[in-house]
Amino acid sequence: MRPIANTRSAAGIPTGRLAVWWVVASEIVIFGGLLASYVMHRLAHPAWAEQAMHTNVWAGGFNTLVLLTSSLSAVLAHKAAEEGDGPKAARLLGYTMLGGAMFVVVKAFEWTAEIQAGYTITSSTFWSFYYSAAGLHGLHVIGGVVIMGFVAAAARRNEELHRVELIGIYWHFVDIVWIFLFPLLYIAK
Amino acid sequence: MATADITTDAHHHHEQTFWSKYVFSTDHKMIAMQYMFTGMFMAAIGGFMAYVFRMQLAFPGMEVPLFGLVGPNDYNALITNHGTIMIFWVAMPVLIAAFGNFLIPLMIGCDDMVFPKINRLSYQIFLLSAVILLISLAVPGGGFAGAWTAYPPLSAQAQYSGTALGSTLWLVAVALEFVAFLLGGINFVTTAMNSRAPGMKMYDIPMVIWMIVIASVLFMASVGPLIAGAIMLFMDQVVGTGFYDPARGGDPVLWQHLFWFFGHPEVYVVLLPALGITADIMCVFARKKLFAYRTALWTVFGTGILSFTVWAHHQFVAGIDPRMAHIFTVTTLLISIPIAELCFIYIATLYGGSITLSTPMLWALAFVAEFLIGGVTGIFLGASGADIYFHDTYFVLAHFHYTFFPIAIIGTFAGITMWFPKMFGRYMSEFWGKVHFWGTVIPFNIIFIPLFFLGTIGQHRRIYDYTNFPELSLPWMQDLRQLATVALIVMLLFQFIFLINMFYSMFRGKKAPKNPWRANTLEWTTESPPPHGNWPEGLPEVYRGPYEYSTPGRDEDYWPQNVPS
Repeated sequence: MRPIANTRSAAGIPTGRLAVWWVVASEIVIFGGLLASYVMHRLAHPAWAEQAMHTNVWAGGFNTLVLLTSSLSAVLAHKAAEEGDGPKAARLLGYTMLGGAMFVVVKAFEWTAEIQAGYTITSSTFWSFYYSAAGLHGLHVIGGVVIMGFVAAAARRNEELHRVELIGIYWHFVDIVWIFLFPLLYIAK
Repeated sequence: MATADITTDAHHHHEQTFWSKYVFSTDHKMIAMQYMFTGMFMAAIGGFMAYVFRMQLAFPGMEVPLFGLVGPNDYNALITNHGTIMIFWVAMPVLIAAFGNFLIPLMIGCDDMVFPKINRLSYQIFLLSAVILLISLAVPGGGFAGAWTAYPPLSAQAQYSGTALGSTLWLVAVALEFVAFLLGGINFVTTAMNSRAPGMKMYDIPMVIWMIVIASVLFMASVGPLIAGAIMLFMDQVVGTGFYDPARGGDPVLWQHLFWFFGHPEVYVVLLPALGITADIMCVFARKKLFAYRTALWTVFGTGILSFTVWAHHQFVAGIDPRMAHIFTVTTLLISIPIAELCFIYIATLYGGSITLSTPMLWALAFVAEFLIGGVTGIFLGASGADIYFHDTYFVLAHFHYTFFPIAIIGTFAGITMWFPKMFGRYMSEFWGKVHFWGTVIPFNIIFIPLFFLGTIGQHRRIYDYTNFPELSLPWMQDLRQLATVALIVMLLFQFIFLINMFYSMFRGKKAPKNPWRANTLEWTTESPPPHGNWPEGLPEVYRGPYEYSTPGRDEDYWPQNVPS
């Protein structure tokens, strides 16, 4: 049973959207803390640039493209949900999930190659940051795909269509984190 | 239609099983009780730990009754977990989660939190975290012994702390606790923003709700870097990375920054709910409007923002740039201004009121008086010059107990005695309430005032046995330590009076009416205790602010928020 509390909107923003924005705010400070720590270390250790040379910029670049494209279908899914077309929204969310899955697969190949080349999480503090930050982000991608599965399954039955927008907000956030991670970990030499 | 749902549910309410009513409830009031009793249980453990290590300090090498001989590592594990438990498993769950859960829907006039199931999940994760912490005390090697601030390398490497598994379980427990409060906090903030009764505008919200909401926002905004730091510490402990190991390009001071970036706002996270509880109690028992409501509110916003700029005063001796130390001295001293202002606002609220010295009011007054001592001694520590001398002495310890004890203990007792009639529909005994009050507040001062003196002569914190330091084990010093320990035992024994009073009153106390204190806020307009759904006859509407006491031209000296003009 949904409480009356859930149906009120004194702030003028739907409750679900408001809550997701607070989730995003609390996530921003988590990644913010991690990235600030990394940047401070990076500035203090110019020698890390040499280690960053061994990251695979092409794989990272391809993943950037995949993730950004997956956000497009999330936006289109939101539009479909607003028009009341649940099945279409579910299909479009499916494309986004496919993008998320591809991101993780590419990442798996990338990391396998790096670990085989001897760059493991304990190799140096740069690699520790590299695997921790990208790993934490990867967990967010996987979590997002799983939740999106539930949202899409409900949307297919035309239920809880407002959740399509909510998972979209979260997905864009995951995207934006990657837009910070990619240059900081891969490109900055 | 929604109202019909509520009524139906209120009827079903009596048919609920024990499990669905008490254990897996989604009702905010029941979740509040779960948080409160879990917090009180943890407080008993934390208090017992304090008793054990204070006995060791007062009578080194003695077999402590109910515990036995305290070994050096036991001592370290006890002080570490005493601090951790009292802050994360007592102050947070009771002040924020219990009072937040109980009061927010009732005071803003709605039937529940916006996400009742997430609320339940929040408590379940919290309970899991408490269980993990308690298990960590019993694993091989013992509980984590690297102090509640968990500075690396002591916390990061098992060869230093000697508690490999204990450290990791401790860290996991703290992390889960953060998750629980993030879920709870998002629920609190969203509920307060969106679900207020029709007519309740920004300045009609009771102060205690504002304070809990601002505290939740502060928590959300400050805990992130520590979560990131905890992930790194976990990696250092388990995977073998070197984030905090200078030999491998890491930096142990990084942890101190991440920890205190959270840790200092955290002081305000727990302080604000206590300040809010106090404000509401003072208005009710002085029969006066809160002095300068808007100024108080904006002052608290300012305090919240400032609280993010003071953290490095914990690192004055950690080797930070002296120019940085100057900046952080200034910000730290600045933050005493809004807090002093709030104290003046409270005094102005009391001025000219018709004051009833009931038990909740005594606690509220004691809160301001005792916290003042904590605040004033903090100024010495915020100034980098004085702090270099005082750092890590008992002066620091006495200072933060003069802040945290008023917050977590006095503030909690104020809240419980104030809202007990609403929670359980019965009064607590005023006489035993006052006995408990004096029996807690007097020993509290006898414990910690001597520790200020010991601190100023250089008694260092976290020392197992002072007899190894001849200059710190002069007879008069040992006498003061014994005085503090005896006072602690007296204070702990007085808590049994509270427990008996509380549990007796819960079942046998005098029945309380809807509004025993003749207060204005919405929770007093429904039955005591409120049924599931809170207002069976429909949710209230709001016509005025929460503190319209002694309004000229009215027969009664209070004017409830839900009464149309």
